Amino acid sequence: MASMRDIKRRKTSIQGTQQITKAMKLVSTVKLQRARNNAEKSKEFFHCMYDTVTSILQRVGQVDHPYLKSGASEKKAVIVITSNRGLAGGYNSNIVKLITRHPDWKKEDLVIYALGNKGRDALARYGYFIEECNGDIMESPTYADAMALSAELLDSFAKGEIGEIYLAYTAFKNTVSHIPTLMKLLPVEVPPQKDEDHTPKAVMNFEPEETEALDLIIPKYMTSLIYGALMEAVASENGARMQAMDNATSNAEEMISDLALKYNRARQGSITQELTEIIAGAEALG
Amino acid sequence: MADNNSFLLRVITPDRVFYENQVQMVEFDTTEGEIGVLPGHIPMTVIIRPGILTITEAGGDKEAALHAGFAEILPDRVTILAEIIEWPDEIDEERATAALERAKARLREKASTTDLARAELALQRAVARIEVIR
Repeated sequence: MASMRDIKRRKTSIQGTQQITKAMKLVSTVKLQRARNNAEKSKEFFHCMYDTVTSILQRVGQVDHPYLKSGASEKKAVIVITSNRGLAGGYNSNIVKLITRHPDWKKEDLVIYALGNKGRDALARYGYFIEECNGDIMESPTYADAMALSAELLDSFAKGEIGEIYLAYTAFKNTVSHIPTLMKLLPVEVPPQKDEDHTPKAVMNFEPEETEALDLIIPKYMTSLIYGALMEAVASENGARMQAMDNATSNAEEMISDLALKYNRARQGSITQELTEIIAGAEALG
Repeated sequence: MADNNSFLLRVITPDRVFYENQVQMVEFDTTEGEIGVLPGHIPMTVIIRPGILTITEAGGDKEAALHAGFAEILPDRVTILAEIIEWPDEIDEERATAALERAKARLREKASTTDLARAELALQRAVARIEVIR
């Protein structure tokens, strides 16, 4: 049986860890609330953007536009959004798995734009090609950050260095459910038109012409998608961390109560032993 | 909603709903020129150029510096998806003036390395900001 001192030391150490996990849980709860508010606010913009782009695309039909068909290059760019910090349960590894276990993707064809150090390090270890990105923006992503990234990607797309652009992030459904999601950004896929139960919309005019408008709107559309994904990813990260820390705290609680029991047993045992020794000693003298 | 003198204007940015109200008229700059929208406008989608957004509502006029985005105009409603927009009291005049000078200098130099289109845009933005404050 472990000595009383050993048990006590272990218990204190676990109590220390528990205090840390408890504090981290509280911090991520607060951060989650803020991130969720931000994510909800950005949703409005994204939905309007999506509706407009969809309606434009449905109206112009299959036009010959560079943004609507794959580039010549086999290369696929993937924006991978993970966190800079760990201790968030499966949050980061789920995203990494999304890339490494994709059935159709070959390692050589991918160019990873990694936002967040954890995803970057993991994918680099697997031997993926990592394009350097500013990982700091994960701390508090702004629209300007999304704009810069989307401009960089569109530039490579226009030059023919990459043929398709994907986005891997964790969608925030609610506080307990976060879904790793892979989304195709470019070429833009035209959603099938729903003719039924659709009130005939007035004919929309464009200034400038449709194709020119597409040139200008699609980069904005992409930026808003990236921004929306960043916002949701931050919310998911904090949600995942909150859950992980909650589990850790209750596990620590369990271990502490187990150790407390062991400690008391050991204490009782040592007292009994001491008494037996004293009595035995007294008898031997007597 | 029933009266024909007003329509619903919504100005949405990535971070917030910037403005949402019934208005009589809205004016702003587009890539094709200035545009003023009254109720019952034909459906149209336009791309925004840096300029001043003027909202005419029941209580009077409101102005804001609108820098980038696009607008969807329908007979009974206008939605402006603004990437960057500011009320006058959110603008830092000193910064805007500095930006104006910088952009002007860059355009004057016309060095081969200067991105003229970008400098031009920066200039337009700075002008819009300063004009809104005044």
